[in-house]
Amino acid sequence: MAIEVNGKTIDTDEEGYLTNLADWNEDVAKVLSGQDELELTENHWEVITFLREYYDEYQIAPAVRVLTKAIGKKLGPEKGNSKYLYELFPYGPAKQACRFAGLPKPTGCV
Amino acid sequence: MAAKANFETPAFRPYPVIPILKPGAMKGNGPFVAKPPMQEALGFPGELIDNWHDVAIEKMGELLKKYRSLRVYLDACVKCGACTDKCHYMIGTFDPKNMPVARQDLLRQVYRRYFTLAGKWFPKLVGAKDLTREVLDDWYNYFHQCSQCRRCSVFCPYGIDTADISMAAREILDSVGKGQKYCNEIIAKVYKIGNNLGLPEPALRDTLEGLEEDIKDETGVDVRLPVDEEGAEVLVITPSADFFAEPHIDGLIGYAKVFHQAGISWTLSSSASEAANFSMFIGSYENMRRVALRIREAAINLKVKRIIFGECGHAWRVAYSFLNTLVGPFDFLDQRYPIPQHICEFTYDLIQKGALKLDKSANDHRRVTFHDSCNVARASRMGDMPGGQFIIPREVIKASCNHFYDMPADTIHDQTYCCGGGGGLLTDDLMELRVKGALPRMEALKHVVDNYGVTHMAAICAICKTQFAKVLPYYGFEMDQIISVHQLVSDAIVLSVDEI
Repeated sequence: MAIEVNGKTIDTDEEGYLTNLADWNEDVAKVLSGQDELELTENHWEVITFLREYYDEYQIAPAVRVLTKAIGKKLGPEKGNSKYLYELFPYGPAKQACRFAGLPKPTGCV
Repeated sequence: MAAKANFETPAFRPYPVIPILKPGAMKGNGPFVAKPPMQEALGFPGELIDNWHDVAIEKMGELLKKYRSLRVYLDACVKCGACTDKCHYMIGTFDPKNMPVARQDLLRQVYRRYFTLAGKWFPKLVGAKDLTREVLDDWYNYFHQCSQCRRCSVFCPYGIDTADISMAAREILDSVGKGQKYCNEIIAKVYKIGNNLGLPEPALRDTLEGLEEDIKDETGVDVRLPVDEEGAEVLVITPSADFFAEPHIDGLIGYAKVFHQAGISWTLSSSASEAANFSMFIGSYENMRRVALRIREAAINLKVKRIIFGECGHAWRVAYSFLNTLVGPFDFLDQRYPIPQHICEFTYDLIQKGALKLDKSANDHRRVTFHDSCNVARASRMGDMPGGQFIIPREVIKASCNHFYDMPADTIHDQTYCCGGGGGLLTDDLMELRVKGALPRMEALKHVVDNYGVTHMAAICAICKTQFAKVLPYYGFEMDQIISVHQLVSDAIVLSVDEI
């Protein structure tokens, strides 16, 4: 499967995750979120940016607990809970947000 | 993409009668097929080989020789029909090929054609069939609609182990290059990184340090979650979902608090940072052994005296039933304790000895029921009493909270219904199957919610927890109504500060 972004063809796997993580840019994220009929707001970008930073350091997406804690510290306790994250990413902060952020899908019993 | 449902969630049935069948309701291409690198990492051909027919028959012959049980299961069925309505996937999908007997027959028909005299000579008379591409595709589709939960086997008068048949079918499929992406990608990750999740050691350490901080903030007590500590008394092997997902992580915190309170040193291992052994789901003995070997090596390297498994259903089956023959003997461990031991057994023993102080009222905002996970319920035991695998987790729950109610008798203990996501089916591309297969468990849950005001269902399996978190909302429940058993312990346990 592939997506079109600004006239460029970008490969994704059958679940919609980028095949080549280096292909990511903000426009790619917008196209991927568009597939889920979701418009990315400032709140979404805050999460996506954190995910990408964490991935750069650890080569894996953060645990949901790590994510909520970091978001809570950065953006205030009212945002530091999984309910807030699920409101932003209804299909789950781990999987859906990772896909928009251009990261691989977390696998296993998660 | 995957965010929207394009199927209907089955309605709760006023009476749990056998549904009106819809032939072909779940016909399809099955889950995503594994890519060549995933296949090759496990020693299987990268993609469907040209001579798949001959290789499949040869593999079937090999399995029949290796496992006499398989031949007995394929021969013994008399089509009595006792299993037909016992499968959660049949109940939820109405597809007659999901009747356990019909699903088994997909393999049995080919067995008869190539390995029995009657089938060789009079195939039509005995329901024998050539292995065609269509049959192979049916195998792939329908043997990935069996969670190997073995509920049907409980009702089979001959004791035919349906899971063994599904495992054999998947092993044949792997041997011809048609493996399932979800399972095989994960097993390859275990080899490469050490766990299903692909969680590297620095990330594991960072996560655990974060949890230590959280516990400190919440309780004021320094509770440790150590990694690779040589000379610790106990090695804890737990599913990597315990490091990552909700509500799993609260269970992990619970284990840590129990060890802290018991004053028993313990450690996790960065190389064996996974309890799960998905090789069982694909019936591959070689891969199962290779995955299990990591645990033995970690125990030796870390010089521990005991091995304890965290809350993971099929891992406990592999641990309890197979570990010793797979990678034993464990003569280097302390023989006075069960080898291996389940975290619930460990906590239960401490409760019996009065070594833990549990304040049940801390869970007074919860009314709890317990979901028996299939591999624990029907393929293992706990403690030294018959039915210990049913009694011990419930006793741990009852010691931690005041309000416990069991679901109806035909949905618990050895008759428990699968969560709908076991056996290597916990993947997004099977969401329709997972939601539909959860129906009987959701009906049982609704019963105790309506009659006893149950607010939470506790479980001791990472797959069950993730599956329920995902499917509960489809049935009008909240995703956080599923919790870890050790989350209840965690909330009730009264911690004492270390004496210096």
